[in-house]
Amino acid sequence: MERNPMRRQLAIMRQSLFDQGYLDEQFIQLEELQDDANPNFVEEVVILYYRDSARIILNLEQALERKPFDFNKLDGLMHQFKGSSSSIGAKKVKAECTLFREYCKSGNGEGCTRAFQQLKREYATLKRKLEAYFQLARQAGPAETACCRKE
Amino acid sequence: MNSSSGKGSMSAASSSAAWKAGDVVPDQFPAGLRVLVVDDDPTCLMILEKMLRTCLYEVTKCNRAETALSLLRENKNGFDIVISDVHMPDMDGFKLLEHIGLEMDLPVIMMSADDGKHVVMKGVTHGACDYLIKPVRIEALKNIWQHVVRKRKNEWKDFEQSGSVEEGDRQPKQSEEADYSSSANEGNWKSSKKRKDDDDEAEERDDTSTLKKPRVVWSVELHQQFVAAVNQLGIDKAVPKKILELMNVPGLTRENVASHLQKYRLYLRRLSGVSQHQSNLNNSFMSPQEATFGPLSPLNGLDLQTLAATGQLPAPSLATLQAAGLGRSTAKSGIAMPLVDQRNIFSFENPKLRFGEGQQQHMNNNKQLNLLHGIPTTMEPKQLASLHHSAQSIGNINMHVTSHGVQGSQNNSLLIQMAQPQPRGQILNDSTGSHAPRLPSTLGQPILSNGIAANVSTRNGIPENIRGPGYNPVSQTSSLLNFPMNHTSELPGNSFPLGTTPGISSLTSKGAFQEDINSDVKGSGGFMPSYDIFNDLNQHKPQNWELQNVGMTFDASQHSNSLQGNLDLAQSILVQQGFSSGQMNGQNRSAAVVSKAMFSAGDCTEQGNAQNVNHHLNNLLVDNTIRIKSERVADAGPANLFPDHFGQEDLMSALLKQQDGIAPAENEFDFDGYSMDNIPV
Repeated sequence: MERNPMRRQLAIMRQSLFDQGYLDEQFIQLEELQDDANPNFVEEVVILYYRDSARIILNLEQALERKPFDFNKLDGLMHQFKGSSSSIGAKKVKAECTLFREYCKSGNGEGCTRAFQQLKREYATLKRKLEAYFQLARQAGPAETACCRKE
Repeated sequence: MNSSSGKGSMSAASSSAAWKAGDVVPDQFPAGLRVLVVDDDPTCLMILEKMLRTCLYEVTKCNRAETALSLLRENKNGFDIVISDVHMPDMDGFKLLEHIGLEMDLPVIMMSADDGKHVVMKGVTHGACDYLIKPVRIEALKNIWQHVVRKRKNEWKDFEQSGSVEEGDRQPKQSEEADYSSSANEGNWKSSKKRKDDDDEAEERDDTSTLKKPRVVWSVELHQQFVAAVNQLGIDKAVPKKILELMNVPGLTRENVASHLQKYRLYLRRLSGVSQHQSNLNNSFMSPQEATFGPLSPLNGLDLQTLAATGQLPAPSLATLQAAGLGRSTAKSGIAMPLVDQRNIFSFENPKLRFGEGQQQHMNNNKQLNLLHGIPTTMEPKQLASLHHSAQSIGNINMHVTSHGVQGSQNNSLLIQMAQPQPRGQILNDSTGSHAPRLPSTLGQPILSNGIAANVSTRNGIPENIRGPGYNPVSQTSSLLNFPMNHTSELPGNSFPLGTTPGISSLTSKGAFQEDINSDVKGSGGFMPSYDIFNDLNQHKPQNWELQNVGMTFDASQHSNSLQGNLDLAQSILVQQGFSSGQMNGQNRSAAVVSKAMFSAGDCTEQGNAQNVNHHLNNLLVDNTIRIKSERVADAGPANLFPDHFGQEDLMSALLKQQDGIAPAENEFDFDGYSMDNIPV
């Protein structure tokens, strides 16, 4: 167990992210890539993800404002978003992406709109949680990386 | 082994980083494997790069397929393997795959979040050596080196099998039969090749002893023979062994033929759905298309030179042709046409198959049929007919070939072939500036590129030379639609310059304005993909197919292109915005604060409608900027991790825009509309 209470808290926080299904194994892949050369790799990737995906979200919103829906376009956008989200291990977000795409494929416009709203919620929730996580990681000790390996 | 000194040294240098072909693999292998990874998603790209670096590979990343292609073309031997995403805004991943397979013959791994069987199958049929499902795990990347080894082993095996015979046969063959390069043209040919850093052909041909990169170079002539053999056997019955026997090319192995056949089949498959459009395009062929013929002049010059060099073309004919054909060309005649083989009249059966009824139409119109008389029996009258009737045999043939198969060296060889045996007089007469000149450049490009090095990027040199006249495509894409011939003739210009010309990439990557990007992307991005494919493929596809594809591509990708273009632009802006605001100051704080406020607001009303949240935020943000600032500054603390870097402004502005009804600008950061006074725009 961590000596540092903050580290302990960090470990707990991290574990709950997995337990509650916010993150999946891909996140661990990122953590494993983190090393001395890139001590903040995971955080950097997540930051990059949120920056880049914001744009896709915006495009999705714009596309959803145009009636009738261009399902192909929506699907394409969501495909992008899904790929991005899955690469950081955003499990719930990814699930919402899949659902959205299902609605696109069946031409269910209302389903798309609903799924998108849900997706944005999950997206924002994860962001908040990861923000808190990284914030704690920094506070817990800059020497240690944000990645918290089981000890 | 002549002229191999330069090549040899080049090959040595280029292969220094790569493991030596053959059985011996450096101990540190696969460390140092040179990987090029292409993905428009920056997150994935960053992760992949890190993963590959962890595998001790040398990684080069790029986010655009065009960039990747030009990187590959400029540095043929600079990479061992390519990993590419399937869905990219500027070019379909499969198109890139085909390009790479034809031009550089590198192993390509496709990847996508899409794991549908259909897509994976597409990867297989397009020649990908592997297909990874995103998210990619590092374990999957650890073994990609096997594809490099496998490919090299196959190539080496081919080489070794035919090793001793090759050199001896090759030399005399080169000088005597001019199959690969006549002595007269050898200098030019090699110099043109030297223009490119690529020296694959030289390695294969001249440096059999080194065999650093044992890739078979499918010259135009070689490909002609290949297609002739395939046609003779019938495409369905063409098996590599028989093709090899028919071709009777010393030094060529069954494996070479097999892999080339695989690629060839891919293209034929793509062509098969085009025939109905031929008639449309063929009609347009008849229309005068002077503009497109401009770039073709160099080819005429080349043809003439070759013909002259080989003594096949009577002096008067040569002079006339030159006068007409070279009128517009810019000394492209310097480009050797070693591929021209007067003796190997390429069979036009293949094109004929492709053209179907379209050809029929033009048959009647073709006044150049008389030219056909002088053409070897392999030449199909129908095909000639389909050529521009006003053009001479060369013109017609060139056009025909160009339109149908600029893409393939096969066409080029056809052109060359046709040019040679044709009655000189006729060729000369009709090679008006309007027609003949056009062809050369078009032909020149594909021929040179395809012939000289199907796998080599000699193309780079050619387009550059012809860039002047042939560069029009990008700007003329719209006009191209109206004139299939233009398309065709322009295609090579398009594809080549696009890949290799900085101009084009600058066009497409202009990040100044969204509109520009859109137009550029549409103009070039929309068209380029189809052009690129066409150029490289040995397709007899009529232009209408290209047109169609172009149209389809354009339409289909237009949105995505423009979208992506916008996205790219926006992203760059985003980054700048983010960074500029990243400079710690009051402005940054407020931005961060606002963002935080946004998300915090999102938190508390999470259960509620997102819209409400946005609305709430909007009110907060718009009306209470200052208030928010004061409220939040205290909370901001050191934890503004995301705001500093993220496009918090983006999200925020997006939400604001949404609420304010501000037209969602694809240029995302139009902060002017916001009351975020402190945010630097």
